[in-house]
This record gives sequence, C-alpha cells and structure tokens, in this order.
Amino acid sequence: MIGAEAIVKCLEKENTEVIFGYSGVAIDPFWNSILDTNIKRILIRTEQNAAHCASGYARISGKVGVCAVTSGPGATNLITGIATAYADSIPLVAITGQVNSDMIGSDVFQEADITGAVESFVKYSYLVRNVEDIPRIFKEAFYIAGSGRRGPVLIDIPYDVQMAELPGDFVYPETISMRSYKPTVKGNMVQIKKVIKEVEHAKRPIICVGGGVHLSQATKEIREFAELNHVPVVSTMMGIGVMPSEHPLYFGMVGNNGQPYANRAMNESDLLLMVGARVADRAVNRPDLITENKVMVHIDVDPAEIGKNVGPTIPLVGDIKHIFRDFLEQDDHPDDHSDWLRTLEEYRDKMESDRVPDYALEAYAEPRDFIRRLSNAMKDDAVYVADVGQNQIWSCAYHIVKNGRFLTSGGMGTMGYSIPAGIGAKLADPSRQVVAVIGDGAFQMSMMELATMRQYKVPVKIVVLKNGFLGMVREHQHYAYNDNYSMVELKGDPDLSMIAAAYGMEYRKVDGNSDIDGELEEFLANDTSGLMEVRINPMELTKY
Amino acid sequence: MKRIYSVLVENRAGVLSKVAGLFSRRNFNIDSLVVGETADRAVSCMTIVSTGDERTIEQIEKQLNKKIDVIKVKTFKESMSINRELMLIKVKYNRDNRRDIMENCQIMNAQIVDMSKNMMVIQICDTSERIELFIEMLKSVSIVEIARTGTVALTKCKEQ
Repeated sequence: MIGAEAIVKCLEKENTEVIFGYSGVAIDPFWNSILDTNIKRILIRTEQNAAHCASGYARISGKVGVCAVTSGPGATNLITGIATAYADSIPLVAITGQVNSDMIGSDVFQEADITGAVESFVKYSYLVRNVEDIPRIFKEAFYIAGSGRRGPVLIDIPYDVQMAELPGDFVYPETISMRSYKPTVKGNMVQIKKVIKEVEHAKRPIICVGGGVHLSQATKEIREFAELNHVPVVSTMMGIGVMPSEHPLYFGMVGNNGQPYANRAMNESDLLLMVGARVADRAVNRPDLITENKVMVHIDVDPAEIGKNVGPTIPLVGDIKHIFRDFLEQDDHPDDHSDWLRTLEEYRDKMESDRVPDYALEAYAEPRDFIRRLSNAMKDDAVYVADVGQNQIWSCAYHIVKNGRFLTSGGMGTMGYSIPAGIGAKLADPSRQVVAVIGDGAFQMSMMELATMRQYKVPVKIVVLKNGFLGMVREHQHYAYNDNYSMVELKGDPDLSMIAAAYGMEYRKVDGNSDIDGELEEFLANDTSGLMEVRINPMELTKY
Repeated sequence: MKRIYSVLVENRAGVLSKVAGLFSRRNFNIDSLVVGETADRAVSCMTIVSTGDERTIEQIEKQLNKKIDVIKVKTFKESMSINRELMLIKVKYNRDNRRDIMENCQIMNAQIVDMSKNMMVIQICDTSERIELFIEMLKSVSIVEIARTGTVALTKCKEQ
C-alpha cells in the first residue's frame, strides 16, 4: 500500500462520506487512490469554495468536513476558506499536495510553504515527512479538528510521500495520546453549583447563546434549561437558530446589527450567562456594559476566550452540552421570572413597532418583508444560508427560524460563502431544503459553483437580492463619506435570467409588483435548483 | 508588568515560528526569547520574557496553552525565579583605560575571554539588570559589538 492509499483508508476509518476538492499533479496520487471507494468526490470550481463546502457540510452533519487540493496556488487559494472556518470554529481537515520532499525550499513549480502561510488560521497543521506517520497524523488531525474548540487542521503531503510504499500493514490507531492537547469537556462542579445558585437568586437573568451552542450540539439542553427556569434567551449572529424565532423566551439578536430590545435586555439583566460566545466586537461593542451591575457567567470550551474581551464574574470552562446537562441534573428548584419576561415583552412590542419601514416602491421588493415571507414559505427544518452584506443583516433580523438552521460567515464575513456552504449543507442532508440568500456582489464571487450544483445535481435554491451595488459598503459610504461613492457600483451585472439558463436552472424574478408569496410557493415547491432574482432599492439602508 | 514564561514545547520543526508568530499576531511584546533542549530530547524549553498589563499577561499564558505543540506553561515574576543572561561585549581599549576596564570586570564578576592589542571581548553572566549596569559602566570606553542571549530562568527551589 502506498501513502495515498493509506490516506484514503484513514478517511474511511473516519467515516468520511464526501470530500470537496480540486485536482493537480501534487495531489493526483490521492485522487487516483480514492477512485475505488464509496467516498463521494465533489470537484468544485475554485479551491476557496472547497473549504466553504466542507464548512457547510460540517455545520449540518456535525462531522468534520474534508477538502483536498493541490500544491502551490491550489493551497494558497484555499486559505480564505480555511480562515473563514477558523473564525467560526468549524471543524475541517484540509489536505494539500506538496512538491517532492527533497525539492521543498527550492522554489520549484507550484511550491508554496502552505503550513507556514496558514499558521494563523489553523488550529494545527502537519507537513508529513514519512509515509508511516500518515495513520497517526490523520487520527490526530480529525481528533484535534472535532474536539475542544473546533477548527481547521491542515495536512500537507509531499508527492513522494503519497507515492512511497507503507512499510508493513496499515494500522489505524485506536486511541490517541497527545500530552500537549487535552481539551476540557466536563465543567467544574463547584462552579456549576455556583451558577445554579445565581440563577435562583437572580431577578433578571438572561442567556446569550453563540455559535458554540451549535458546535457542541447543545440546542436541546439550552432550550430545556431556559424553559425550566423561565429564563429569556438572546443570541449572537452565530447563535441564531438555537431558539426558534417565535419561542416565547426568545428576544432576538444582540449587537450593533441586532435588535435594540435584545441589547437592552442584555444590558438590564442582573445575571448574564454568556454561552459559547466570544463577546466579539459586533455582538458586544461595549463590554463594560455587560459586566456592569451584574453577575456575568462565561461558559466556553476555550479557556482563552474567557477574559479575552470581558472579565467574567464566574468563568466556566467545558463543553456546553455537558455543562447544561449538569445544570439540568443539579437544578432541583425551577425558577419563575415572569415579571422580567413581561418587561422584555413590552420592550419588544414597543421597539418592534418603531422599526417598520415606511416606504413602498413599486419597482422594488421591500427586502425585510421579502425575507420574512421567504422564511415563512420555507420548510420547518430548512437550512437558510445568508451571505455577507446587507442581505446578511436583514436575514439575521427578519428571517424566521422554525426548526431549521441559519448558517453564515460570522467572524470573517467572507463574501461568496453562501453558495458553496449551501452545497455542502445540502450534501450533508439531502432531505432538507437549502436556501442561499446572497447579494449580486457576492453572487459574482461564487457563481462558478452553479456548475458544481449542476454536475452533481445538488438542488440548492439561490435567492439573489439585486441592487447593482455593494450595498453594505455603499451604506457605509452614505454615512461616512456623504454619499461620495467609490468602488461600490456594480455596473455590468450579468443578466441573471441568462446565467440561470446557462446553468440549466429554473429562474424567477420578483419586484414590487410581484405576487411574492405565490412566486415563493412555486419557487420552493420542487427539489431542483433554482435562482430567484429579487430587485431591491439600491438606496436601501439596514440602519435608519 | 514583566513576566517570565517558561514554556515546554514538543521539539519539532516549526514550533519556534509558531510561538513567535503567536506573539506578533496577538500584538504581545517579546523582550527576549531563548530556546534550548531539556533533559528530554523530545522536549524543548522556551524562556520568554514579556511585558504587558494584567489582561495581556493572562492572555499570553492562555494563548500559549492553546498551541497544540505546547506541553506546559509556567509563568512567574522575576522575584520568584533565578534569572540569568549571557553577554559578550567587544570593546576598544588603550593604555589609559585598560586598568579601569579590568577593575569594572572584577567588580561585576566578568571575564576577559579574548584580547588583541587594542580590543578585548568580555563575557558576563548575570541578571538582565546587572548586565545593563555593566554596559553603563563601559559607556566611557568605545563599545564595538554586543551579543546577548536573553534571559533563561528556573523557579527558585523553595517555591517547589
């Protein structure tokens, strides 16, 4: 058995179902060895999207996403995708081909120091020097990517190592022993009891959930705990979907792009449970406010996140699912906070009515109204993938999550994420409806993947909010530069109906005159790929 | 505040750049960084001296611990440890100041380790503060070159 075959064996041992990638001479031994297996291969159209696909796949399947590309430009193209996954703690194993070991360092054709280049965007990386290290390295890589605070791991494998004969039989390690990596899973019992007591004594407790809750698959436990003690829940962008939008205990997204009543609820609480959230600048722009006059409990699997942006009263390190199971086990005294909940409902009702936009233009669909109708028309467990920009802000605020998932590139804000991530999500669970909502700027960054959708029959529904501008930046230039627009106007947008026709997709167009509900019903009725163009006002703002 | 981090790491290719990269990426200061082998060939010890506020000092330790190749991080104040640095300093001398230089060496427990008819190399092994002091004492002579190792440190015996 050669190294490349050993890699495939490792992937089989890890139950890898699908691998996204691109070919090239330096990775060809691997693509050749995988031919006779049941692992599905998806040839994407540019390497960055291999990582985005694997990310969408990982987030819906709960498994580690896998991608593989060639050396040099293949590997460097992958970096943005890896960085995107790193910023949102998505578990990936990225495999890159490398030039022959004895050539490394001599700047030969398609050589790039990829382990050096990705160092600040990976949880860990390997350059495989010996063929016999392959089984151990893959075992470690999958373990590192999928445990503790999840993240991408890169394995760079020189051509000659892929071709080298593995000495002896292939043996995949059963267990792992790494003296330098032992993530904390169980929370400290003393701290857990302390938190339970705080919840009991609090008058105005609140839970703020982040992306860590999805990563630890702790949605059920969080809901159960909130319901048991009648504790309201707010969410960061990455935590959207932990609570259904219409849940009586849910009070929206926090942050400068969130709902004002969600921020107010968090600021006025006397006990804040920050769960699997980084307290990043977009979610909490004044960390001093969320520690003022309150007990702040910070629960995270990564000890380095605790105290990084805000100093908590009670730190609690561990896996969220385990910790909330312990909470539920220890909590024999359900609490009632109905007065506090009533106050928050009043805030919501009052502030919500202030936010209704007051214009109607026939030429354009109203984006907020459209997003609401779209998400209402979507299936109960559908996956909604929002891209980056104004569409993302509207999606966060107006998308109604039922029992589905909301995916977006939150930390890195990578334009073009939604189409490849949607492809990955659909392949992770073909039974679920997947809708990618994207602006016309980002669409042109990843529309090459429409070919991937066609080649592998991956029926993702794509909704393009078209305004002929890079809307989010235009909005910024409206406020910051008095409407002196620079580098934001998308003249030369392609005719989307012809793009759809070129890729064999069903096409629909919606504007202010359309019967939006009717169009959506037909658009979403079948399980084939489709493209809906929604004309929106170029001068539209997310904040006004 | 000044802190010394004694960091045990896996002795693998690229580990130094990973640790050094962490400091630059996170905007942490490095006053000095020394790497050497330990009794176990598979483990290296990095001694890193850094300054920062309380939050930074805590973050440095946590971020170091997060690195997969880092086995153990010990953090201590200078007062809790024995700290030493080696300096080689090349100076020009003449008949008038030769005696002065030798006297200074004697006071500071430094040795002259190489000599020509107008230059000498002096070696001193001491704490960073005393090395600074020694440089200060030699300011009146013409200093040609200085090479310093940076601090290595071990916690004091009674701490353990």
